[in-house]
Amino acid sequence: MFGTFSFRGGVHPPHKKSQTASKPIIELAAPAKVIIPLSQHIGAPAKPTVKKGDEVKIGQVLGEAGGFVSAQIHSSVSGKVVNVAPHPHPLGKDVLSVEIENNGNDETVEFEPLESWESASRTDIIKKIAESGIVGKGGATFPSHVKLSPPEDKPIDTLILNGAECEPYLTADHRLMLEKTEGILEGTRIVQQVLGAKSTWIGIEDNKPDAVAAVSEKLSEPRYQGMSVAKLRTKYPQGGEKQLIQAITGREVPSGGLPMHVGCVVHNIGTVYAIWEAITRGIPLYRRVVTVTGPSVGKPANFLVRIGTPIQFILDTCEVDMQTTKKLIMGGPMMGLAQSDPSAPVIKSTSGILAYDKIYPGIRSHACINCGNCVRACPAGLVPSALGKYVDKERYEDAEEWNVLDCIECGSCAFVCPSKINLVHFMKLGKYHVMAARKAASAK
Amino acid sequence: MDSKASTAQQPPAVQLHLSSSPHIRSEQTVSSIMLSVSLALIPALAASVFFFGAKALLLTAVCIVFCLATEWAITKFLLKRENTLADFSALVTGLLLAFNLPPDLPPWMAALGSIFAVGVAKWAFGGLGHNFINPALAGRAFLLASYPAAMTTWGAPRNGTTSGLSTQAISDLSGHVDGITGATPLPVLSSVLDALRNDRLRQEMSFQVLDLQSALPDLFIGRVGGCIGETSALALLLGAVFLWYKRIIGFRLPVIYIGTVFFLSWLFNGSGTLFSTEALIIPVYQVLAGGLMLGALYMATDMVTSPVTTRGRVIFAFGCGILTFLIRKFGGYPEGVSYSILLMNLTVPLIDRYARPKLYGKVKKV
Repeated sequence: MFGTFSFRGGVHPPHKKSQTASKPIIELAAPAKVIIPLSQHIGAPAKPTVKKGDEVKIGQVLGEAGGFVSAQIHSSVSGKVVNVAPHPHPLGKDVLSVEIENNGNDETVEFEPLESWESASRTDIIKKIAESGIVGKGGATFPSHVKLSPPEDKPIDTLILNGAECEPYLTADHRLMLEKTEGILEGTRIVQQVLGAKSTWIGIEDNKPDAVAAVSEKLSEPRYQGMSVAKLRTKYPQGGEKQLIQAITGREVPSGGLPMHVGCVVHNIGTVYAIWEAITRGIPLYRRVVTVTGPSVGKPANFLVRIGTPIQFILDTCEVDMQTTKKLIMGGPMMGLAQSDPSAPVIKSTSGILAYDKIYPGIRSHACINCGNCVRACPAGLVPSALGKYVDKERYEDAEEWNVLDCIECGSCAFVCPSKINLVHFMKLGKYHVMAARKAASAK
Repeated sequence: MDSKASTAQQPPAVQLHLSSSPHIRSEQTVSSIMLSVSLALIPALAASVFFFGAKALLLTAVCIVFCLATEWAITKFLLKRENTLADFSALVTGLLLAFNLPPDLPPWMAALGSIFAVGVAKWAFGGLGHNFINPALAGRAFLLASYPAAMTTWGAPRNGTTSGLSTQAISDLSGHVDGITGATPLPVLSSVLDALRNDRLRQEMSFQVLDLQSALPDLFIGRVGGCIGETSALALLLGAVFLWYKRIIGFRLPVIYIGTVFFLSWLFNGSGTLFSTEALIIPVYQVLAGGLMLGALYMATDMVTSPVTTRGRVIFAFGCGILTFLIRKFGGYPEGVSYSILLMNLTVPLIDRYARPKLYGKVKKV
């Protein structure tokens, strides 16, 4: 029906999705204890509303949003709060978390759906979404209600649903599109109505023809007028927000700007599904689909997991041999975070858990041979090889002049580097120093 | 990360490795690239051994051995670190240096050139990745400056003539033009064109530009005199297709380089017209003769000494093409490829500074 959409640059890592692509989402039993961090989003951490000894139910608020750019945190089990203390977090630092002992009864608070959302006001819908603690589930964890409240002078004409799932191994979004097609599309209608977007695109990579077919078939119903599937070329990072906008609309988000500056809003398909659950069933975000896979996973699966479930619990369920596991990653292999402590919990942005039985990349790298692979792979139009050298030599002004801040950290450069230089590490370090220098300069 | 009290008391049973993303890498390594380049050079080496005999193989072996030995000795005795032989870059330098030498060069000169290429052009600046000129070409330039006679003495290939022209054509020409007998295709072209510009000679000679056509098939397969690896366009193209398929060289740089030489040679062909068989023979001859194929496909595309950006490579290729044409047309040397590439190597940092790719979202700051 349409041609295939794509962007400039990018790489072709092996897909590695076959282990879990055909495995239906199954609900993972709740663990005996959950650890729910009060910061699972970009912005201010939530403020705890419970204390040690409190009895809580599923869906009960544990943390109140700490500002506009923040998010509510809800309980994912019923039971007793045993501790409110810092705990290892998948993003690396210890974070104030609520530990709950699960009583196994799965008692819930009374879920209150928003009656007939089609006639509800924009403000009510956004309020309900905010109350449900919904954040971007693709990885950036930006609070959804903020994205749905663009300033008056920035009209949104295009809504893009991100079902690209371009990271190798991950199949959580793929399965969700197959199994919860209607929920996703209804959620999309809600978001479309809130934003007043004229056109809505659902971007899916063409390595998921069954998802393209399932969504396209559903879209033929008259209520989904104005929505279309954008079949995307399978190329990493097709699901990068800026790349998706470029592929589908041909627009480029200005350097340093946001999608709304080009009239676009991008939501992950998991996020709109959560919005649909929140609006029509009153269910807050307390669980999500997680793909558990990788070379050292005995039984790979797509699980519906309660937020706060320790990674170790999931690894045990999937028969991961921790003696042979050398590397544990939250997220995909291209942008995911290496984990140091398997007691860290699943959070709202945990799309996958990967376990590797060997360390790769190795520690050693070779001098840059100027091959230019990174330049051709960079979807941001940077020269990663030059940036790597500038940062390595602590020439941060040069790194800034060569636009290090425009790096999206997709990892394409490091993936193709024959010298195995850890370019993303240099980019992150460079960005950190440039931002620190800017802060210092503005403080003067 | 600071260690917590709990983990301090009870050390975790597993040691998890931490590193920045990405956690997977492509299979391509520096070694695999250099090995592929070496493999790609084998057809040309085979052609050379076929046309020039075992001496071509011997000279190539000498270059490889001395390049590897220099690399090994520098890391072992000067730098006292693990040797870098496994990156195979010294192997490539050895092969390419040999490809730029006449088959009859005394082996000790080849050895000296190898030591200069690896020791000075490469390691004096820090080894692979830090050298700013192509080591093999630097070795050739060093030998050409030191032993100009030996570096320009050519023998005939098996079943062929040094110039690629028929013995009949050569005897026709030798009555009117000096030094035709042992000359390689490029000087022959230059002498013939000079002679034809002379009214008296043009009247006397039966040879015409059209007769150069007879040399073209031999130029293509490599049955002409020349450096070990440069004569067979066919074999060089075979290897280049392999490298292109392996995504090690792009097609833009060589095509633009060769295209520029072709275009300029056609534009200034000297026959007074652009649309005649004569006008086309000269550029085709220019492209197939000398070291253009070798230079454009394997030397100008050397990653370390060419620009990183696509735009930069286009500029670099044009520069190489223009310089090659200028040296061939007006220079004292009949051949301009190696100096063109060496000169353009020097401009790479400048090109890389200005030929940056277009930044995503470079509209205006918000």
